Amino acid sequence: MIIAIASGKGGTGKTTLATNLAMNLARKGQQVQLLDCDVEEPNCHLFLKPIIETTETVSLPVPQVDEQKCTGCGQCGQICEFSAIVCIKEKVLTFPELCHGCGGCTLVCPEGAICETPREIGVIEQGRADEIQFVHGRLRVGEAMSPPLIREVKERVSHQGTSIIDAPPGTSCPVIEAIRGSDICILVTEPTPFGLNDLVLAVGMVRALELPHAVIINRADVGDRKVVEYCRQEGIDLLMEIPDDRRIARGYSRGQLILDVAPEYEDKFQMLMDKIETMSASEEVKA
Amino acid sequence: MKELVVISGKGGAGKTSIVASFAALAKNKVMADCDVDAADLHLLLEPHIRHREEFRSGKSAVIDAECCTQCGKCREVCRYQAISEDYVVDKIACEGCGVCVHFCPEQAIELRENLSGEWFISDTRFGTLVHAKLGIAEENSGKLVALVRQNAKLLAQEDGSDLILADGAPGIGCPVISSITGASAVLVVTEPTLSGIHDMKRVVDLAGHFQIPTFICVNKFDINEQLTAQVETFCQQRRLKLMGRIPYDTVVTKAMVQGKTVVEYSSGLVAKEIEKLWRQISYALAGD
Repeated sequence: MIIAIASGKGGTGKTTLATNLAMNLARKGQQVQLLDCDVEEPNCHLFLKPIIETTETVSLPVPQVDEQKCTGCGQCGQICEFSAIVCIKEKVLTFPELCHGCGGCTLVCPEGAICETPREIGVIEQGRADEIQFVHGRLRVGEAMSPPLIREVKERVSHQGTSIIDAPPGTSCPVIEAIRGSDICILVTEPTPFGLNDLVLAVGMVRALELPHAVIINRADVGDRKVVEYCRQEGIDLLMEIPDDRRIARGYSRGQLILDVAPEYEDKFQMLMDKIETMSASEEVKA
Repeated sequence: MKELVVISGKGGAGKTSIVASFAALAKNKVMADCDVDAADLHLLLEPHIRHREEFRSGKSAVIDAECCTQCGKCREVCRYQAISEDYVVDKIACEGCGVCVHFCPEQAIELRENLSGEWFISDTRFGTLVHAKLGIAEENSGKLVALVRQNAKLLAQEDGSDLILADGAPGIGCPVISSITGASAVLVVTEPTLSGIHDMKRVVDLAGHFQIPTFICVNKFDINEQLTAQVETFCQQRRLKLMGRIPYDTVVTKAMVQGKTVVEYSSGLVAKEIEKLWRQISYALAGD
């Protein structure tokens, strides 16, 4: 089963939930993988402290023009929708940072003058944190395009046991890339006007993707009750409420799991996992 | 005219609450919400929209089933696995590169422009706000951010404003890069947690990459003073100006629930520290 953890608003507790859920499963002897897809600001490693075993560079293929072969016909510039390759007065210029790596220019060049060369966008590190199989991507600072790196992280989903995906915040392309293809998407929010506003956007997103989804409210006793009302009106399952707790906040600041500072959460995360499994089973029946 | 963009790397550090308070404190400015993906500033500023425009950007391939012979060429050339076995384009997977359009022997595919969102010019109790709403599951947030900034700048020039005050997005990717390039300065809001510091360092590097003067502010500094000290050391090492330290207080959430900025809602310690922070920043901006 693939469980994606997302939220419209940042800082609501995605990473907290993803890391605790993964560790709780691992401690119970279950096979679990954690994929940190927040490649712009990955944080799971701060809590799980994995031993990294492999580091791979991820690149996008960008065009390289052989000027000897190029006749300046301009077909490469015509096919490119992103202005990453342009032909001015029979001279071809490339702008690698605009390139989406579609390969159109290479295919269309009648002279075979364009080959592809890798442009590094980030790295993927894999390792183990206790019994958790750990994968995360780190976007190169200054790089704008995170979705291709997220796609590569997701290529490493094991399809065995439980895979937990920690998604970036928001509702646009990086988030979509992170959560699509998962069996269930858990939306973490906080009970404030910002939390509610961004939850409504996130619900719109998971509905557009037709993903089964449910909500968890973090710091549930701050703010107001409007998120609870919203979930009831919309018929969205509210799986868990985590109260504002100084032990949790203090532990979080130091990179500690809830499981290690508030042991009673072992049972709570187990109950949460049971609910997720029940939901996922009923979705399978529906399908 | 100066442009200050507030960013944080990590989400939930307090960017929007701080920008909203600055909006209440700063004189003669235009505001811009560059977090077009999950915009929240409007919840505190109650904008009355005076102008709205569609944002069309990005394209998707559409296959005409009548003309399609299912020859398979498009599926072969598409690198995004965006065309299904029964020749329907997955709009979300499609990058709009048009390679399939070019190679279809039947000319059965065309690219259509997407309606990707909307942007607005609004009146608020603190002045003009330019903001936007990216459509759900849409791309090109960077272009929409650029549009918001461009229009904020035009309005500021027309009105003779001294300042553009912008709320940025979390992360370090496309919309953040688009928010900060060419700005007069960025204010990085961080919190004393390992995640907060990790993310602050990456976003500080990003601002450094684009050579933008960078100010730092520690929000909720008292939740872990040891880590706050680490932020201070980092600022010294990197020669960054630490502009303020704001204590943790539930008053920030209470103000938000009332739809108010902290400085309007309270005159307590948090409000005083934000006022002090704003004085420091406006002084530094004027000095540049």
